[in-house]
Amino acid sequence: MLMHVEPREGLLVSLSQAGVVRQGRWLVRGVDLAIARGEIVTLIGPNGAGKSTTAKMAIGVLAADEGKVQRADRLVIGYVPQKLAIDRTMPLSVERLMHLTGRLSRTKLEASLEAAGVLHLRNAEVQHLSGGEFQRVLLARAIARDPDLLVLDEPVQGVDFAGESALYQLIGDIRDRTGCGVLMISHDLHMVMARTDTVICLNGHVCCRGTPAAVSQSQDYQRLFGQAPAGLAFYDHRHDHTHLPDGRVLHSDGSVTDHCHPGDGHHHDHGHSHPEDAHDHDHHHDHAHHHEAGHHHREDGRHA
Amino acid sequence: MLDDFFVRALIAGVGLALTTGPLGCLVVWRRMAYFGDTMAHSALLGVALSLFFEINLLVSVFAVAVGVSLLLLLLQKRQALSADSLLGILSHSTLAIGLVLVAFMSWVRIDLIAFLFGDILAVTTQDILLIWGGGALVLTCLAFLWRSLIASTVSHELAEAEGLRPERARLIFMLLMALVIAIAMKIVGIMLITALLIIPAASARRFSASPEMMAVLSSVIGALAVVGGLFGSLYGDTPSGPSIVVAALVLFVASLLPSAGRTLAGRQALPGDRP
Repeated sequence: MLMHVEPREGLLVSLSQAGVVRQGRWLVRGVDLAIARGEIVTLIGPNGAGKSTTAKMAIGVLAADEGKVQRADRLVIGYVPQKLAIDRTMPLSVERLMHLTGRLSRTKLEASLEAAGVLHLRNAEVQHLSGGEFQRVLLARAIARDPDLLVLDEPVQGVDFAGESALYQLIGDIRDRTGCGVLMISHDLHMVMARTDTVICLNGHVCCRGTPAAVSQSQDYQRLFGQAPAGLAFYDHRHDHTHLPDGRVLHSDGSVTDHCHPGDGHHHDHGHSHPEDAHDHDHHHDHAHHHEAGHHHREDGRHA
Repeated sequence: MLDDFFVRALIAGVGLALTTGPLGCLVVWRRMAYFGDTMAHSALLGVALSLFFEINLLVSVFAVAVGVSLLLLLLQKRQALSADSLLGILSHSTLAIGLVLVAFMSWVRIDLIAFLFGDILAVTTQDILLIWGGGALVLTCLAFLWRSLIASTVSHELAEAEGLRPERARLIFMLLMALVIAIAMKIVGIMLITALLIIPAASARRFSASPEMMAVLSSVIGALAVVGGLFGSLYGDTPSGPSIVVAALVLFVASLLPSAGRTLAGRQALPGDRP
């Protein structure tokens, strides 16, 4: 079931089986991801799912501890980080922020601010902007670089509903106009724009992927985000592995390993099958295996 | 003219203040005040080692300051203790070890007070050359690294993602700090170096519309503090280092006065910028 990421024409970034480990804990593991020119890929997942970590691997801020990351030569990245902590003692106007990582022509600067709808704020101090204004300014700054790849970590945070769709519209337009690739992070599929080509649902590993419509129908997505209808909230499922007290894992075939699989910490690796998507767990144990000790427990429960 | 000790002190002090201005802004923006303090306190260990091994004072102080900052980075990676606790441990233990070592060396007699609080009135022409030469070097390096340093102050990841090299910039920045501390020790002393980094920068904040403007202004304010402090110490017969810091504090308090804001920061029509 492993999906191999073959080198394609116009590929900007590709990750294969990439993972990051910190203090013995895998923040994210076994991620396959490829972004081509003109493609919008959105990462969704709950808090701590490894979305930002995955994005940082893609742009090279974090090195992958396993797997492979490839980037196109001379790739220009425009990055909107999730959080910026600008000290109040730093006098920073919007215009100065635009020049943060490189020089800009006046026309470029004005056009980018105009496109993001924040030209009127060019002389304002960034510490005085509202959340939504600040996000727009950051987006303007990222697109002013004429990036090949736009990486947006929760670009609509703090933006009101109307502004949100306008911002998504803008991101889509930029893609259409410049042909750049877009890697976007959101914590909810509801937030994901209709123009996204691929949604990748993360929870320590890739749970499922596909078009926004397909992912919203998938069981994995529904379980992660609690979208299951009330009648199904108590449904039972079988475990193919048991976590031993010493942290090792007893599999249904009787074997014992140190970890359950590239998606460590994910305790619901049961035999799901998605007709609509090519989900790519690299399970070394058999999902569909029906074992006698299969215990039942609540969807939100922990292992007994 | 250079024969006069007071003129030498003025030239040396102003030279130092011009250097510490932009460096101090970065210290303030990056919230590294305590880090600077730790490096400065470790200078006394540098002094003791220089006496013990009979090596050049400047080299020894610089080496110890760099060593301490590298040690801090190493310890921070292990994340056993919070950064401020680690700084506290390194800061005071290096100072204490320095004092103990100096006490052990009964054969040397040094003026500890001069190292702790500076002795600007004893600067030689050679010191002046060192201060201005070293200062020029520091400012040149800062100018080259400025974009990286500002960008990584805003966001380390953003700077890295967009092709700058913030890690290298940070390393060089630390070396420059160690150099300035080694140079500044004679002027304001180990205990007060951080004040000369931070107070002028904090005073300049209110009158600055851009990072660059704040860097220049804090140099100017620092130079004013040096001149004011030295004249104060001349007429009041007070120690020069502390007098300079007191003068800087007076300027800082003055910068907080509402009228100072009106006259100097009038062009910053902040509320009008909002829609």
